[in-house]
Amino acid sequence: MSSAIANNPMDIKKSLVDAVLAGLISLIVFGPIVGVVLDGYQYNLEIDRVAMIVGVVMLGRFALSLFLQTAKGMAMLASFESSDSGVHVLAPDYKSRLRWIIPMLIVIAMIFPIFASKYLLTVVILGLIYVLLGLGLNIVVGLAGLLDLGYVAFYAIGAYGLALGYEYLGLGFWTVLPLAALAAAMAGALLGFPVLRMHGDYLAIVTLGFGEIIRLVLNNWLEFTGGPNGMSVPSPSFMGLEFTRRAKDGGVPFHEFFGFSYNPSMKFIFIYLVLFLVVMLVLYIKHRLTRMPVGRAWEALREDEIACRAMGLNHVLVKLSAFMIGASTAGLAGVFFASYQGFVNPASFTFFESALILAIVVLGGMGSTVGVVLAAFMLTVAPELLRTFAEYRVLLFGILMVLMMIWRPRGLIRVSRSGVVPRKGVAP
Amino acid sequence: MSEPLLELKALDVFYGPIQALKQVSLHIQEGETVSLIGANGAGKSTLLMSIFGQPRASAGQIVYRGTDITHKSSHYVASNGVAQSPEGRRVFPDMSVEENLMMGTIPIGDQHADEDMQSMFELFPRLKERRNQRAMTMSGGEQQMLAIARALMSRPKLLLLDEPSLGLAPIVVKQIFQTLRELGQSGMTIFLVEQNANHALRLSNRGYVMVNGEIRLSGTGAELLGNEEVRKAYLGGH
Repeated sequence: MSSAIANNPMDIKKSLVDAVLAGLISLIVFGPIVGVVLDGYQYNLEIDRVAMIVGVVMLGRFALSLFLQTAKGMAMLASFESSDSGVHVLAPDYKSRLRWIIPMLIVIAMIFPIFASKYLLTVVILGLIYVLLGLGLNIVVGLAGLLDLGYVAFYAIGAYGLALGYEYLGLGFWTVLPLAALAAAMAGALLGFPVLRMHGDYLAIVTLGFGEIIRLVLNNWLEFTGGPNGMSVPSPSFMGLEFTRRAKDGGVPFHEFFGFSYNPSMKFIFIYLVLFLVVMLVLYIKHRLTRMPVGRAWEALREDEIACRAMGLNHVLVKLSAFMIGASTAGLAGVFFASYQGFVNPASFTFFESALILAIVVLGGMGSTVGVVLAAFMLTVAPELLRTFAEYRVLLFGILMVLMMIWRPRGLIRVSRSGVVPRKGVAP
Repeated sequence: MSEPLLELKALDVFYGPIQALKQVSLHIQEGETVSLIGANGAGKSTLLMSIFGQPRASAGQIVYRGTDITHKSSHYVASNGVAQSPEGRRVFPDMSVEENLMMGTIPIGDQHADEDMQSMFELFPRLKERRNQRAMTMSGGEQQMLAIARALMSRPKLLLLDEPSLGLAPIVVKQIFQTLRELGQSGMTIFLVEQNANHALRLSNRGYVMVNGEIRLSGTGAELLGNEEVRKAYLGGH
């Protein structure tokens, strides 16, 4: 069999069969969606549009099939199907070849708001908020292996922290930012204590319940939270300078103080820059944590809890720290979300959000930081780009998930971490 | 006789309504190798785990170096010089050999990690060959060596071993028991829980035989090896 392939590398017939099969599938998928157009009270059949899409799919599949039969293609296929799963341990002094990309990204991110439109800016802000959420949940699920389905509760605590703090205590964005992280961490500890003995499915159900409790309280405590009507959130300010056209109470708005003309997207540029700094900070902290004993302990806990306890690890501290650090990150994200929207209501904190964040973590590769960042942008920016297909967003999701789990069961970016050696290093 | 390193006094342990240990008393002197043999389900592993408070004893007392540790938490026991290599090895599958060994230093910190890792590689040369390999990808015998080495990394006063021969080829079992003998001769106190009575008793200064949650017999290793009842029940007429 293998010699036959070697002698005749191009099996055209096989590629043709592949193309026809792909064409049939695309006909089934796109036929009803693209081909039937509702016009008033009657349907119009748009055969040519379907034919074009199917034609493109068939051609593409044919080309792909041919390519995969070349030596290069086969090598690629082999790398896709490699069964070498698991965490890849790098040498302790390993330096990535892509190190130069980080300063470049920072520079791009800093000059980006100058060129971006307000709309693009809001999309990227949303993406960054989900990066924060993904990074936080990644600690709980990816590193410590505790499946948390109610993660959105901490996000809600952050967002409502800002809304309620402004309404009742007159607190602003900057005061609430650390307070919300603290409050979310406390809530994480509160959730952590009763679930210390639970694992897997049971833990998932309890956290799911916790998430729903928070949402229902926000929804039904009308006098305090405004219920489904939501609450308004103040705009952030910079050193007391507001980003509005005219400041309240005779104050000086930001643009007048610095002497340039008013620009409505200034508020978003400000949020973007602060958010970007916070994301960088969280990334750095996370990077350090995975190299510290507590990061090791989280991973050990995920791998084998009984062995952990036999090693003398205090599993209570380890679990609680994972819950609290994860939750505080979500609290931060919540504050940004609230001030970006200018308004919060319980509809933003449904179970679907939790599932979305979990999808980001799983898609990105459990425990992988770069993967989570990529996945967060993919899953938040892609629906924006595909606005016209908005109703199919969840379908897209499902397809993406299934494909991922088949080809990349360990996530987009394979988790790799640098090994640890004793301080002085063992002689070889 | 000096005070024993570890002493169990009339220990009762329950799993729900089922009594797993009935009035178990035993003691281990410093520097001794003591083995506990018994059939499947006799309560051997339960006894070992109850030293770590998992499950907790409902009656009786566990005294370690003069301190009552009956109600202490697992990590307290582990960080005070009792190390164990749990049943079924339980190495961290996704960590390399070196990282697994590093995990063993948690109770004492990593100030001796360098020299200790070196001496583990001398004790188990196979581990040195595989130092950067993930634990999951090693053979059962190598994983068992790693589990023992990991336990030793915390410089324990008392080493608890739960069935180190479980599921291993006879030649590997021989190697591991040879290493344990060397360890014992170097002064380490070892408490060995085993089904493989022949190997265990030859290695040990003293032994206990457990049947249905009770200590049925005790004596020196040689005495038990010569005992008719033990020969019939555990040694299959060897």
